[in-house]
Formats: sequence, structure tokens, C-alpha cells
Amino acid sequence: MAHTMLEVRELSTKYVTRFREDVYAVDRVSLKVEEGRSLGIAGESGCGKSTLALSLMGYYFPPLHYMNGEIVINGKNISGMKPDDVRKSILGKEIAYIPQAAMNALNPTRKIINFIEDVILEHEMYVTKKDIYDRAKKLFETLGLPAEVLQKYPVELSGGMKQRTVIAVSVLLLPKVLIADEPSSALDVTSQKMVIKMLKQLMEAGFISSMIFITHELPLLYNVVDDIMVMYAGQIVEKAPSHSAVFDPLHPYSKGLMGSIIVPEKGLRDVKLTAIPGVPPNLKNPPMGCRFAERCKFVRPECRVSSVSLREASDGRVYRCIIPEAELREAYAREEHKNDK
Amino acid sequence: MTSEKKIYLSAKGITKTFGFGRQKTVAVDNVDLDLYEGEVVSIVGESGSGKTTLSKVLLGLINQTSGDVYFQGVKRDISTQAKKQEYWKNIQAIFQDPFSSYNIFNKIDSVLLDCINMRGGRYLPREKKIEMMTEACSFVNLKFEELTNKYPFELSGGQMQRLMIARIFLLKPKILLADEPTSMIDACSRATILDELMHLRKETGMTVIFITHDIGLAYYVSDSVYIMEKGRFVESGSADGVILTPHHPYTRRLINDVPKIYEEWDLSTV
Ligand SMILES: Nc1ncnc2c1ncn2[C@@H]1O[C@H](COP(=O)(O)OP(=O)(O)O)[C@@H](O)[C@H]1O
Ligand SMILES: Nc1ncnc2c1ncn2[C@@H]1O[C@H](COP(=O)(O)OP(=O)(O)O)[C@@H](O)[C@H]1O
Ligand SMILES: [Mg+2]
Ligand SMILES: [Mg+2]
Repeated sequence: MAHTMLEVRELSTKYVTRFREDVYAVDRVSLKVEEGRSLGIAGESGCGKSTLALSLMGYYFPPLHYMNGEIVINGKNISGMKPDDVRKSILGKEIAYIPQAAMNALNPTRKIINFIEDVILEHEMYVTKKDIYDRAKKLFETLGLPAEVLQKYPVELSGGMKQRTVIAVSVLLLPKVLIADEPSSALDVTSQKMVIKMLKQLMEAGFISSMIFITHELPLLYNVVDDIMVMYAGQIVEKAPSHSAVFDPLHPYSKGLMGSIIVPEKGLRDVKLTAIPGVPPNLKNPPMGCRFAERCKFVRPECRVSSVSLREASDGRVYRCIIPEAELREAYAREEHKNDK
Repeated sequence: MTSEKKIYLSAKGITKTFGFGRQKTVAVDNVDLDLYEGEVVSIVGESGSGKTTLSKVLLGLINQTSGDVYFQGVKRDISTQAKKQEYWKNIQAIFQDPFSSYNIFNKIDSVLLDCINMRGGRYLPREKKIEMMTEACSFVNLKFEELTNKYPFELSGGQMQRLMIARIFLLKPKILLADEPTSMIDACSRATILDELMHLRKETGMTVIFITHDIGLAYYVSDSVYIMEKGRFVESGSADGVILTPHHPYTRRLINDVPKIYEEWDLSTV
């Protein structure tokens, strides 16, 4: 049986704002990532993707607060661990996180090699600068990055090179799990492709064992990860193998998301995009029933009564909807028929 | 000849440089463009290729270093403020960052009210103005009642961009220039905005210049496409022609590097 690298059970976390209001950004999320596998997280902005990423590292500081649930990383249960201990023994080694826009947060007055020294010196005491340099050089060369980059300042690097550098630095300590949050969204297509290639290379060459990749760009997810998890308003609404998630989504929200895919491929101009009307609910006060009900084409009165749990579909995927699989598929077929006419 | 249609706007030999000597940047380099009535034309290129600079020249927001712009066959004259105002009745824009183009201290109603005034509706009765603003908002699926008394920063990026489309609905320009209108918006709201934009175009017959770095979007919305690399147009033609059978290596690269879902996405090219 495959070794589980990351397991999260019923994790709930919240932000407490300056006005002491609670924002329930992650609601009872469970997931499992096995060794050698990658998981994608999709969903429109504000649905809790980045908060989930932060939450599952167990590294909490205000305004983010842990509420419930368990996190097990590579066999270690880190739920309830003190932030300081998480920082010392978990971050960077067991799990590493590349935040959104990380490349723009680099201190402009320090060279790349200085960042690398910081990372290594935080974890290893008896190591010389020369050793650090040699290790960094070797890593960069293995990943196809020129070693000269080490002596440069962030401003001297292009956006794409900066992002690939940040990724390389994040795997210095050989973390088991890497979480990349929108790593290529601000880049031109060619640099984006290089970033994606590098992430795949990290998996293939064994620098990391598992990966979580967050983006709202579905064609990217489709090309990178094994499984896709769709989030809506802090909850998982569907989790399925990438191919089924993109070509055969089951939850009405996933269906809507997949209908907004735009690619320069023949056939695109003939399909009608399915935009999802409305906006996600405010997470200070999420609706009682299904959180998507307000925007759902297939909503029924029962949807608004009580919270909806995840259920398993015939192919083993999970989705959060009270409508049985067969009825959903029929409804989708009818819609398609309507569009054809 | 390609068409019996009128050429609405054309640019001949437009060049725009910034700075001097060693600091000199040629942002737009000898570009020609013909825009036919009712057409949607996309200009596609990576960041820094000169798209925004060219749009500012077309809009008359900055002066070109050389070359001329013709509007409805006549050389454009925007030498005075009054002539500029007259020109802007015909051409309007939506920008990438909807928050930057607006005075953030202006309430949303005043954003829309200004449009009515600009179209000569200053002395219309109040009820009529409200009716017009309500119609414009509902065109982009926003509720006017919920927007009154709000400030732009209280809206999400997607809602704000839709408000910008509502503005165009009221202004009814002959030409709309949309400079990366969805690049700061997530994929889900992007579809909504594109659909509303295309709906508006269908209703009004407006001519559209759509600027984007995303060749997929260009393919989805446009009749014809210009590919821009380092200030120059390197390939142009019908959207189907350019995107399904690209000739220039730069166009091929832009297409190859976009993630695919139907065909295989070849990572070995980078
Ligand atoms: N520091 C914060 N304080 C309060 N609420 C926050 C904070 N950061 C994010 N949120 C809220 O948490 C929710 C999830 O945000 P986020 O995780 O950033 O979503 P995503 O990454 O999917 O765009 C949103 O409703 C957002 O407004
Ligand atoms: N006001 C300016 N001063 C100096 N250089 C500029 C200015 N505006 C744009 N540029 C330069 O012109 C080139 C084209 O920029 P831009 O038109 O913004 O490209 P795009 O919109 O395609 O990203 C870039 O090299 C940019 O740095
Ligand atoms: Mg995020
Ligand atoms: Mg631009």
C-alpha cells in the first residue's frame, strides 16, 4: 500500500478580524495525499484555497486560528503543536509552502545566495558558507538554473527566473510535500511553462514526494496533477481524478468552473462558456444549507434546509450535493441539448 | 478586397519611443492597423510587447513619436481639449485594473451619472436617469439598488469590471478598446465578463479592440488577430487562420506554451 504523505481529517480554521468577527475560511476539510501523487486545488478567488494551504501546515498565527481537526504529515501528527516547534521541525523539511506572489516578496537588497544561507543556517549549525554555496550550486544545476543566479539580486532576474529560483530555494531541505500557491499566475506563458516543467521535474527526480498545486486556471491543473479538489466557500465540493474532474464534473459548481475553460484549441469557438452568476457567500455568516444554493441552476427547496455532506459517486469520487448522480447527469444532458439548438 | 465594410480606425506607421540615448525604448515600432466597422480585433503579445502603449496612442492619451491615426478616413486631430472630448465620444476604454482608472472617492452612482451627462443627458429628469442606470446595471447582472452609495473599493474586481461595462453601455461609443480587461480576474468571473462584453457588442454593433496576453481569449472573442512582439506586429489575419495555422515562430510559441486540454501539452519545448 502506498505511503500517505499528508492526511488531514475534518480540519476547520477561521480568521478573527480586527472587529472580532469570525471568518470561517476552512470548514471540515479532509484530504489525503499519497507518496508520488499530486493534488490540485481549484476554485474562484476567496473560496479558501490559500487559507487551507496555510492551515494544513499547522503553522498558526493571528488572525488565523485552528478550530478542529487533525493533520498528519509523513506519519507525524502535528495537530496542536506549538508554532515554534512547527517552524523548527516541520516547515521546509516535511512540508514547504510557496505563497502566492512569493517572488515579489524577496528582500531586494540581498543576493539569492544569502536567502539560501538563511534557510540552511536556520536548520544546520555546523556548516560553512562554502558548503552551502556548493550545495546550492549543485541543486541549481540539477534543476537547470544557471549558478550565476546565486550571486544576483532579485531585481536582476526576470519574473520567470525569480519564480523558479524561489521554487528551488523552497526544496533545499528536501521537504516531503510541496505546496505551490498560484506559482505561475503572474507570468507570461513561456515562463509559466518553465515553472510547470520544473515542478514536474521536482516530483520525478525525487526532490519532493508529493505536491499540492493551487490555481484557478484549470487547464494548468489538468496538466500537472493527478487529482483535483474543487473548493467552494471553505468546503470541498468535489474531489476526483483530474480527467474526470475536467471532462466529467459532477457537482454543479465544478460543472460551472469547467465550463469557463478557455483554450486556443479547435472547437473552443463553438462551445458556449457557462458563466456562474452571482458571488460566493460571505464566510462570516455562511448559509445554513448548501453553500452554493444561491447560485445553483438546479437548486431545490431541500437544498437550503440543512448542511450537505460529501457523498461518494459510483466511480469512487466524492461530491457535496443532495441530488443523486444520475439526476445530475440527466440535468447536464438536457442543458447541453438546449445549447445545441 | 477583404470586405465591403468601412474602415473605422486606422493606424499608419505608428512608432512610440520613451527616453533618449542608451535609455531609449522603442515601445511601438512602425505599426499599421486597420479596424473595420463592427469587427472584434485582438492584439496579442507578452508583457512589455507594447500593447498598452499602442492603446494609449489609439485613445489619444499619449502622442505618438511618428505615424498617423485616421478616424473614419480622416486624419485624427486632437490638438485641443475640445477636439479630444469630441474624439472620446467615439472611442472609450476599459483597463486592466478597474480600480486605478477611477477616482476612488467617487461613489458608484456618480461613475454612471457622469456617463449620462457626457452623452448629453445632464438635464434629463432624475427618474429617467435612474431608469437608465438601472438598465445599464442589469445588463451586466448587477443590481443598481445595491450599488448606490457604495464606493468602488467595496466591490470585487469582477463586479468593478462589470460596472465598467455598464459604463460603456451608457456611453455607447463606436469603438471600445479593452486592455486586458480580465487579466486580474479569476477564470470563473472571466467567462462572465467576456460574455457580457460580447453581448454588449452584439446589441450595439460596436467595434472592439481587445488587448490580451492570452491567445486563448483572443481566439474566443475575435474576428481577427494581430500578434505583437517587441513593438511590432509579426503576424495578423482571421482568428481561425492565425491560431489554427500560425506561421510566425513567435505566434507558434505563444500557442504551444498555453496549457491544452484536448491535445497534449508538450513540455519539451522549454
Ligand atoms: N487575514 C484575513 N483576515 C480575515 N479574513 C481573511 C484573511 N485572509 C483571507 N480572508 C478571507 O478568507 C476567505 C478565503 O480567502 P483565501 O484563502 O485567500 O481564498 P483563495 O486563496 O481561494 O482566494 C476569504 O473570504 C477572505 O476574504
Ligand atoms: N511611460 C513609460 N516610460 C518609459 N518606458 C515605458 C513607458 N510605458 C511603457 N514603457 C516601456 O515600453 C514597453 C512596452 O510597454 P507596454 O506598452 O506597457 O507593454 P504591454 O502592455 O504589452 O505589457 C516596455 O518595455 C515598457 O517598459
Ligand atoms: Mg489564494
Ligand atoms: Mg499592458
